[in-house]
Amino acid sequence: MAKRKTVWEDCDILVVGGGMAGTGAAYEARYWGRDMKIICAEKANIDRSGAVAQGLYAINCYMGMQWDENQPEDHVRYARNDLMGLVREDLAFDMARHVDSAVHKFEEWGLPIMRNEESGRYQREGKWQIMIHGESYKPIVAEAARNSADKIYNRIMITHLLMDEGRENRVGGAVGFNCRTGDYHVFRAKAVIVGAGGASHIFKPRSVGEGMGRTWYAPWSSGSAYALPIEVGAKMTQMENRIVLTRFKDGYGPVGAYFLHLKTYTQNTYGEEYESKWYEHTKAMVGEYIDHTPTPTCLRNHAFIEEVKAGRGPIHMVTMEAFQDPHLEEIGWENFLGMTVGQAVVWASQNIDPKYINPELTTSEPYVMGSHATCSGAWVSGPEDISPPEYFWGYNRMLTVDGLFGAGDTVGGTAHKFSSGSFTEGRIAAKAAVKYILDMGNEKIQVSNKQCEDLKEIIYKPLENYTVGRNEITRVLFLQATYYLFKDSNVLKKLWMNIVAV
Amino acid sequence: MPTFVYMTRCDGCGHCVDICPSDIMHIDKTIRRAVNIEPNMCWECYSCVKACPQNAIDVRGYADFAPLGHSVRVLREEEKGTISWKIKFRDGREKNFLSPITTKPWGENIPKLGDLEVPDQSALDSQLLCFEPDALNVDTGLPVISKDKLKEGVYY
Repeated sequence: MAKRKTVWEDCDILVVGGGMAGTGAAYEARYWGRDMKIICAEKANIDRSGAVAQGLYAINCYMGMQWDENQPEDHVRYARNDLMGLVREDLAFDMARHVDSAVHKFEEWGLPIMRNEESGRYQREGKWQIMIHGESYKPIVAEAARNSADKIYNRIMITHLLMDEGRENRVGGAVGFNCRTGDYHVFRAKAVIVGAGGASHIFKPRSVGEGMGRTWYAPWSSGSAYALPIEVGAKMTQMENRIVLTRFKDGYGPVGAYFLHLKTYTQNTYGEEYESKWYEHTKAMVGEYIDHTPTPTCLRNHAFIEEVKAGRGPIHMVTMEAFQDPHLEEIGWENFLGMTVGQAVVWASQNIDPKYINPELTTSEPYVMGSHATCSGAWVSGPEDISPPEYFWGYNRMLTVDGLFGAGDTVGGTAHKFSSGSFTEGRIAAKAAVKYILDMGNEKIQVSNKQCEDLKEIIYKPLENYTVGRNEITRVLFLQATYYLFKDSNVLKKLWMNIVAV
Repeated sequence: MPTFVYMTRCDGCGHCVDICPSDIMHIDKTIRRAVNIEPNMCWECYSCVKACPQNAIDVRGYADFAPLGHSVRVLREEEKGTISWKIKFRDGREKNFLSPITTKPWGENIPKLGDLEVPDQSALDSQLLCFEPDALNVDTGLPVISKDKLKEGVYY
């Protein structure tokens, strides 16, 4: 193996990933753990990393308890209905009761949240969503994390967790590589909070060729949120769940603001409303859920897919009515410019002005994730005060591996967290991690050099395979191999596949 | 090639390399200009476009479904706290939008939690997070629910 430098770092808390969950964790950890060494490792640059890199035009999870708009139990009920029963109520309740305080802080830090002129309250997009000018949402929360962490490592791709050799089933840190220098990084930590991303590109994207990266979820979400805990034996939940979203065709422009705020609606190619047609069919499949209000999103998507299969596609979003109002038209466009610029690019290139043309919708390819309207992820402990005994084992948001905590996409069973809820969950996990470390007392983590060296070999193995094997393969394979080997994003994917195969 | 670089404007400063979340903006070693090395992994997130001091980076739609002749340009003015967009349709129509990106001077209102008073043991043992319960803006404190209630099953 070519000689690669190893960089060692010992710390108390390691936060893996600097997206919404990771920044929340790094931020909160400092308040409770004053003398602790808090490190965050992010594979990109925390100013623009994670799913909020592009900005957001809405915060999709805000209770509004101060105006008695919603209470946490309402959110539990809503999320449980939307996921057809499959949620961890304790985790959902816990996130929902804290989320408002995070949003209030965002506003204090400078995030422009729109206000309803009449009521003076935050402008609602729907029952749970508030509207923001969130182009700089991520840089703002990144600043909060920077103010708290001892060090933030940008461009470090964490690939494996280390395990403590002194005690069974306890985490000991994590390792990864620097995307710029190629150096090997070892972080020995008493507690690790995984705030990494969900998985895009598990399934072939709708678009091919150049369009492959124009996925709905970020193309750099490589599934570390699951790969890391799975490899050390953490229990997972609902990993068979896939999220498929209705989006504007080719650009994945979000439909939330259009449905909820602009009051646009869908119709098939003959201008007919189609969802009610599939009522009996869906009822036979899922029973009473089709009668619930609001209709679970997956069932509405099912009607969409069935209608297209029946030959009455494409499905259009009727925008021509709403867009006659200049204010609503502005919101419709700014919604994209704030979080999905690619949709504006597609419409500009195809001369689609939704004021005069009803744009096409489509369903996305499937994703595995845990923070949007979906629930895949790790099985974690809930909070002490509300979790039933079987849902509580010592520390809030701790996985079934001691000292390993999760937030955001990592945590399963807690749908509808979105950006604010992921940040909040990071905060919850950070406080619990501090408590965990304090309870450890003077106990030390034991991580041998051998464990680190073994993982180093695994990480750099593909490069070695290439060097050793390049003369043994045909030209076509050679080109494919070089393609995969020299794309940072794909090295990990390849590694991951190797591990799965083993 | 979702993002592309105008070679005459780029001076190879590397701001785009530093910010790209997909790590696909690189400096070409021969021509010393930025280049998108892996267009099919570009999210069109405009992070590099906004970060470029020379306005040298532009975006065109994916070749698979976007004919040329359109443009969506952006100017992010950090000091003013605004972002301006100009959308040019292929047929020449234009749309302009202007939004705020912050309401406060950058960074000044984000506290350093390490400077706050050290929380005591009872705060640590409670369920409260930093700034709670004040930051919730409710008089009733942090909501709780009884464990039995959570086990009632699906109710609507």
